Amino acid sequence: MQPGFSDPVLDAQSAFRAVLEAMSHPGRIIPVAPAPLPPVPLSPAMGAVALALADADTPLWHDAGAEAGDWLRFHAGSPLAEAPRAMFLLATGTPPALAGLNLGTEEAPQEGATLLLAVKSLRPAGVLRLRGPGIQHETALGVEGLPEGFWAERAALRPLFPCGLDIILCCDSQIAAIPRTTEVV
Amino acid sequence: MNAPLNPVAEHLAGYNFAYLDEATKRMIRRALLKAVAIPGHQVPFGAREMPLPYGWGTGGIQVTAAVLGPRDVLKVIDQGADDTTNAVSIRRFFGRVAGVRTTDRTREATIIQTRHRIPETALREGQVLVYQVPMPEPLFKLEPRVSETTRLHALGDYGLMQVKLYEDIVQHGEVATAYNHPVMVNGRYLMSPSPIPSFDNPKMHMNPALQLFGAGREKRIYAVPPYTEVRSLDFEDHPFRPIRAPHACELCGSTESYLDEVITDDQGGRIFVCSDTDYCAERRGE
Repeated sequence: MQPGFSDPVLDAQSAFRAVLEAMSHPGRIIPVAPAPLPPVPLSPAMGAVALALADADTPLWHDAGAEAGDWLRFHAGSPLAEAPRAMFLLATGTPPALAGLNLGTEEAPQEGATLLLAVKSLRPAGVLRLRGPGIQHETALGVEGLPEGFWAERAALRPLFPCGLDIILCCDSQIAAIPRTTEVV
Repeated sequence: MNAPLNPVAEHLAGYNFAYLDEATKRMIRRALLKAVAIPGHQVPFGAREMPLPYGWGTGGIQVTAAVLGPRDVLKVIDQGADDTTNAVSIRRFFGRVAGVRTTDRTREATIIQTRHRIPETALREGQVLVYQVPMPEPLFKLEPRVSETTRLHALGDYGLMQVKLYEDIVQHGEVATAYNHPVMVNGRYLMSPSPIPSFDNPKMHMNPALQLFGAGREKRIYAVPPYTEVRSLDFEDHPFRPIRAPHACELCGSTESYLDEVITDDQGGRIFVCSDTDYCAERRGE
């Protein structure tokens, strides 16, 4: 069994602050350090975010296989759930259909799931243009490794706001967040 | 053994870092992230009892405890002042249970917990402003049922508040809220800015800092991300106007800062001084 955070209190705090900064500045690439070394295919960033936020209260879905599943269960203690019922989803391959996930309700939009998505690369310059709260004018982001049509699938959820999904893109030990308010063109 | 990671001081033995247990912090952190993702929406959370009474900042203190790390520098203000009882106790609390460095200087702070003011010094990116909120529901004086206000927020139906402001104008000739003037966040949610003077409302708009709100008794967390539109509710023919006493600060001479009126004797003597003590001291070169 691979270890989790070397300091569960302070490492979880710094991982949370990285996610908070990422959510506050959508599309900005934020390093997560120190991060644990989870079993492949989980990246250090995805492992760190999961351990910082998931616990016995948060049903979790993942497609990372048995070894990574054992690691998550041991260190986070989250019950496993089908994708539509999960609060946290860790997708290392093709993500499940977004419209089928928990998007929250109009009275409780905060119940919408958080999707952690493994990508091949994150670059601060790229073809994606992001606008919305947290972005002063517009920000650019380059993402490789997402299935074709992913952004169109996400854009289809935007009219449902305040219901929706919040996405954290993970690559090695870096993250970039795309909360539901962000417009991606 | 590793060397202590805390660069300043060890925190009080027998307590977890920043007082709260890790499961509570995770719960608050999840609520905070959803609050940032849905600007202005009140997220329920399982507020804990804190070692201070309701009304003294139990919500703000839990948010600060969940966000705070050993490298942060904490400033706490109460109505703009660093040296009032509430501010001193909360600053000392985190000095002891987290061993963090504290400061009076707005510029030096990474986290500023505030009761009812926004500092005069412009905030910058990376700073976190944590508001203590007594009543998070902007509609509660108009509609006391939580089930009903939840529905109104879901529908984005804020007619009640517009009517209340209209009635103010009809009766008083102007909107009669000098503090806690409701705002629309990102064009979607009506939000209570907590009882800050309406003078401070414009500072919330497109602020580079992250603004987090914690209400302990009411068990709600909400947030305004950086660079987010925050509009004070008004009418085209009665635009929102921030209120400021038409005087200069007696101590630093500022004609721009928010002023407190101080009674100086029993002969009717009074002076006006800056509410933000750090801003005033800095202007006086202290």
